[in-house]
Amino acid sequence: MTYLAELASPVDLEGWRRWARAFALAGTPGEAIEWRVAGEEAGLFQPEPAPLPGAEAGFSVPRRFLQLAETAICHRDPERFALLYALLQAVLRQRDILAVAIDPLVARVGGMAKAVRRDIHKMHAFVRFRAIEDEGGGQQFIAWFEPEHHIVEAAAPFFQRRFAAMRWSILTPERSVHWDGVELRFADGVPRSAAPSEDALEELWRSYYAAIFNPARLKVQAMRSEMPEKYWKNLPEARLIRPLVENAERRAREMVAAMPALPNPQPQRPAMPSLGASAMAEAQAVTRLEELRTQAAGCRNCPLWAPATQTVFGEGPEHASVVFVGEQPGDSEDLKGRPFVGPAGQLFDRALGEAGLDRQKVYVTNAVKHFKFEPRGKRRIHQKPNTGEIRACRPWLTGELATIRPKLVVALGATAVQSLIGKATSLRSVRGQVLKTDNDAEMMATVHPSYLLRVPDEALRASEYAKFVEDLRLVGEHDPSVRMG
Amino acid sequence: MDVQSKLEILADAAKYDASCASSGTEKRHSAGGKGIGSTEGMGICHSYAPDGRCISLLKILLTNACMFDCRYCINRSSSNVRRARFTVREVVDLTLDFYRRNYIEGLFLSSGIIRSPDYTMEQLVLVARTLRVGHGFRGYIHLKTIPDAAPELVAEAGLHADRLSINIELPTETGLKTLAPEKDVRAIRRTMGDLRVRLEEATEEKRRSVRAPRFAPAGQSTQMIVGADGASDRTILDTSANLYGSYRLKRVYYSAFSPIPEASASLPLAAPPLLREHRLYQADWLLRFYGFTVDEIAPASGMLPLDIDPKLAWALQHRDRFPLDLNRASREELLRVPGLGTRSVERILSARRYRQVRSDDLARLRVPVGKVLPFVVLPDHRPATRLLDGERLVERLRPPARQLELGL
Repeated sequence: MTYLAELASPVDLEGWRRWARAFALAGTPGEAIEWRVAGEEAGLFQPEPAPLPGAEAGFSVPRRFLQLAETAICHRDPERFALLYALLQAVLRQRDILAVAIDPLVARVGGMAKAVRRDIHKMHAFVRFRAIEDEGGGQQFIAWFEPEHHIVEAAAPFFQRRFAAMRWSILTPERSVHWDGVELRFADGVPRSAAPSEDALEELWRSYYAAIFNPARLKVQAMRSEMPEKYWKNLPEARLIRPLVENAERRAREMVAAMPALPNPQPQRPAMPSLGASAMAEAQAVTRLEELRTQAAGCRNCPLWAPATQTVFGEGPEHASVVFVGEQPGDSEDLKGRPFVGPAGQLFDRALGEAGLDRQKVYVTNAVKHFKFEPRGKRRIHQKPNTGEIRACRPWLTGELATIRPKLVVALGATAVQSLIGKATSLRSVRGQVLKTDNDAEMMATVHPSYLLRVPDEALRASEYAKFVEDLRLVGEHDPSVRMG
Repeated sequence: MDVQSKLEILADAAKYDASCASSGTEKRHSAGGKGIGSTEGMGICHSYAPDGRCISLLKILLTNACMFDCRYCINRSSSNVRRARFTVREVVDLTLDFYRRNYIEGLFLSSGIIRSPDYTMEQLVLVARTLRVGHGFRGYIHLKTIPDAAPELVAEAGLHADRLSINIELPTETGLKTLAPEKDVRAIRRTMGDLRVRLEEATEEKRRSVRAPRFAPAGQSTQMIVGADGASDRTILDTSANLYGSYRLKRVYYSAFSPIPEASASLPLAAPPLLREHRLYQADWLLRFYGFTVDEIAPASGMLPLDIDPKLAWALQHRDRFPLDLNRASREELLRVPGLGTRSVERILSARRYRQVRSDDLARLRVPVGKVLPFVVLPDHRPATRLLDGERLVERLRPPARQLELGL
């Protein structure tokens, strides 16, 4: 015996769910059901009208199944209701069957849903409204479109969200939809002649289409696969495709064969001297330190400048009595062009505060003034500068110290020590002593704050941090003028 | 000059910029009845030109007058091209008129440099502000950012635009110095760095408060011209890797240098290297989504092979790593199998938890079966050892040479 299950419309998901639930509960095999949309022509056999589905006794299905069904039911294939019923039975046997993309039934229904999604997407893309004046003198926008599947209901809300303030209609052979500013109204399909046949603006749109095309890069296949020919008849710009393609080769050939153009005897106003930030800085450079900073901005003494964003020069009072020297700028410093502003800089600020020192009163800089790194996906991995790079950058540090003439230089980490005393030295051997730099300033050494960020053991990190603060306190004792207040 | 003539000139002037994306921004709509427009995350290509490029945005210059003399550019100051300039009102009206008819997703506005960087940027921002504030436009806006423009202009550009971009143009500073003498790679990089800082701060602020001012939710992108200077693919990809890592760009676009009317004498007058451009895009994808490094895919010679794609080229050079057991290999390994994309890999990983993947399942996954099979082992398939070792494998997998384009 075959049951007849009648649905109210080609996309009647609610009706399909009612029938499918009843059939599944009764254990009805798929072969015993004939699905039919009301008003559509019946087959040769007249099956039994099915018993009205029973009470709301039921079962649940994964949300993912319902989403799939909602989309796949819009497919033009008359088999869709039966396939969805078969898939429902499969889901009831194995709830997570939809994760098995290689299952033939899952693949088939999935493919249908994909075709429907593509059709909806193309409708969103290729609908072209034409404006007409309505009785009230206002504008009304009407489009004619020929979708492949039953997607008018599914595609309409997009236009409602986008064009809420317009009054518009989309007409198709099977279904039409109207928006009056308040609600979406669906109605039967109409013939093409019901839609306006032109819009004055289309000439402008075609001008744009022709001008944006580059005849030297003809790729007709790429265009066709994304904008299949079946859509062309309703796209106002499509009538240009043939002439543009036909002339492209000649236009491209002519461009290649043309002699290089002579420069315009009356060129556009010649470029004014760049008003970029570095030029401005140059114009304003008055002090020796500013002059150095400007020169350093264009430094090419080693290859580190090329992959970096900018030179990160020191910062602080011209005549600070204490200068802190770090290793090199990090990711944040490179982007912002200022030293000690990243995570290590923040830790440094905190420690300075705890040691009673005032950051505003000290000068901070680095031994190497470009960020050395290795790109790794979306990150940049810090790399230690080598001896050659430290040496190449040394003149800038020496220049800073010679200009500022501080009483005390504090080296943060081994790279700074190496740059200041001219040879690689272990931090441990010099920490806690007062040494002399080349410039005859006194020098102390402690760890680099970024080291404190990397100590994995929490207890050790806390004790190392305390030692660091203690070293900074010694700086304050050595030179009380940099203390707060 | 009428709007139509201006449009012809100023769209023609903008077409060498490859980007037309309208994706990746926040979701918004005008269903409340105010304003017009929406963005739903996924971009929409409203048309395609016969060059295969998507037309998603109204891509135009505000003016093609320019005081820079970049050799590769049709709008350079010494070019004989006709000049035009839109008024703010004209751009706004065109955008809205096209948008209402569903021709476009929004506007991509750029400009020649006139008077000063700040003045130029101000004009671009003025258009965006008029659309957003004056007309409640909720569609997509992409603005070119002028290097070293004043910070408050950049902030306002980010407030109105979905995406900002600055073109790096050429992969090396030498190249830029030669072909675009007025452009300053340091200023370009500083501005990209500044944009990244602003983008990250805005994301951070958004986390704290929904009312935080927005800043270019679709991020920043850039473009490199391929084939105008002597830079190798290796150099180009190194620069891309650097830019992605340094400035978290959403995209690096590659644009094959194309002959232009009014070409300068210092440039190759040849057909654009479209296949090379295509291989660079494939390599770019491998870097970003497939876990490859530049070292692995760009050979010492500096150029990617043109006859086969870069992943296949890598696999053929590492035949000892294949065949892989499709039912056991890790995600990272599967991503390196020629013919398997990120989606198919996810599907395989998900499906094989339930049952073994066999050879006829591959077709259902819609992968290029002939390309995948030599590199994988399945319960019912094992590639002949001599196949993977043989030189003929390259011959078999190389796509048949065909004319790049045929007419209609």
